[in-house]
Amino acid sequence: MGIKVEKPGLLTTVQDLGRYGYQKQGMVVSGAMDSFALRLANLLTGNPENTAALEITLSGPRLRFQEDSLIALAGANLSPKLNGTPVPIHRPIFVRKETLLEFGAAVQGCRAYLAVAGGIDVPLVMGSAATYARAALGGWQGRSLQKGDVLPLISATSEQLRHWQEKCPAGESFLVSTWGLSPNLLPTYREHPTLRVLPGPEYGLFSENTQETFWHAEFKVSPASDRMGYRLDGPSLQLQEPLELLSSAVTFGTVQVTTSGNPIILMAEHQTTGGYPRIGQVISADLPLLVQVRPGSKLRYRQVALSEAHQLYYHQEQTLEHLKRVLHLQSKR
Amino acid sequence: MSLPTSSVKMYPLGDAAVVLQLGDEIAVETHGQVKAVVRFLNQHSFPGLVEYVPAFTTVTLYYDPWLVSERGQVDPYAAVEENIRLMLAQLETDSAPEEPSIKEIPVVYGGEYGPDLAFVAEHCGLLPQEVIARHSQADYLVYMIGFAPGFPYLGGMDPKIAAPRKQVPRNVIPTSSVGIAGLQTGVYPLETPGGWQLIGRTPLSLFDPDRESPSLLQMGDVVRFVPISEAEFQAMKPDADGD
Repeated sequence: MGIKVEKPGLLTTVQDLGRYGYQKQGMVVSGAMDSFALRLANLLTGNPENTAALEITLSGPRLRFQEDSLIALAGANLSPKLNGTPVPIHRPIFVRKETLLEFGAAVQGCRAYLAVAGGIDVPLVMGSAATYARAALGGWQGRSLQKGDVLPLISATSEQLRHWQEKCPAGESFLVSTWGLSPNLLPTYREHPTLRVLPGPEYGLFSENTQETFWHAEFKVSPASDRMGYRLDGPSLQLQEPLELLSSAVTFGTVQVTTSGNPIILMAEHQTTGGYPRIGQVISADLPLLVQVRPGSKLRYRQVALSEAHQLYYHQEQTLEHLKRVLHLQSKR
Repeated sequence: MSLPTSSVKMYPLGDAAVVLQLGDEIAVETHGQVKAVVRFLNQHSFPGLVEYVPAFTTVTLYYDPWLVSERGQVDPYAAVEENIRLMLAQLETDSAPEEPSIKEIPVVYGGEYGPDLAFVAEHCGLLPQEVIARHSQADYLVYMIGFAPGFPYLGGMDPKIAAPRKQVPRNVIPTSSVGIAGLQTGVYPLETPGGWQLIGRTPLSLFDPDRESPSLLQMGDVVRFVPISEAEFQAMKPDADGD
């Protein structure tokens, strides 16, 4: 019983919101790259926001449900199909046992989240279900999914399922909810986004030319990018003078510049500390836009003030609170 | 604890972290201040503080802007800074430094466990036994944990056993290898590629997610390497397959 992996896809991992509290021991946070999308997917199925779900990357898996389940997809649109029929994202969907979920072309973004009511049943490691494959830890056996895996599920409440089982017409393998998220609640993913950025702690140590370049040039996401960091190709960024920095904390969205002058943006599996100068920091509210770009995409940066970054973050949290209220009412109907 | 206010700086790392900088270079005194801050934060958290990461001269405090701002009511950066100022004021009067915890790390030196011991000895103009003696006589201070889960940045190595990194890094360095790179010595918590000169291996796990404290070492600990024989190594190792 659970979800059978008939094809694993490019990179499918179990993730939650990350492993916090152990960075002082050198442990990376990991967790969903697009935490906003993971929270949406979970809320749509009635789960707490931090429930373990699947992060699906670009080329999706083929998954067979071995029990009746309530699911929701959020984040990238990777053309999901149930038993061959295209289904929408950002809506709860009831699927009967034996239904097949497959994906097609990546229409928008590159990371989709599949939440299942109840959640995926994996042991918590250091308080989190997030996969950290480099240390073979967390998630499903510390690794990305492979063909033949059967992911156990924590059963949804029988009341919740019975409601859907009765509603789903006999002979139909799935039922898409009549309501879903309004698009204006969602971030607009773009192929070549402009990200809002705060100057990093070492911004002032870069040459004036480089500071200018940083805000005006285009940076291309290299194929050598992963959940740890996005390597960027573009104009070389130079310090005023060479400098040996002492290692200090770095975080998700930190734009650091290597000795060769190329920037790397640190992602969900970033190391806890680093010694490269930090020229910028992508604001929290724009991390979903960043993680959804693909290799080859071009990024630009726009400077914002710290207070604006906070306002944009509040807006996202308010959206989620609003959604929780609506869903709570919905569940009472 | 003395904290010359002029040397204390605070600045944002993005919209969800504040860096508290207590000095400009690696120094035992600055480390003592970092440690005092860590000890304080261990005992006195504040609402919205997610976690903190100590380093050589800094402690970075991660906060949740939504919670710290009381849902958008107050400036969260200013609120965290204020909390840090109150903490520093309290630390001024709270002077007794904590005795460091001393952690002994048994090491089997040389042979297949430390294939580069001979190179290091030759490079330093010492006998292998002298390298072992110098490496295991010092007290090492754990300045910080970073780079990898449980990886300690150790200070205090005898400069007479310093050795350059390997020109061609190894693709795989076995877990728990003890190495030297320049003036640094350290222990690899995970199997990784790397260019350190390997002089030995410990049967202990530097990092174990199932332990209550997954990292064997914490910043502020004092490390002593204790030479052991191959037989002792095998006896102490939890699993004998060399994994």
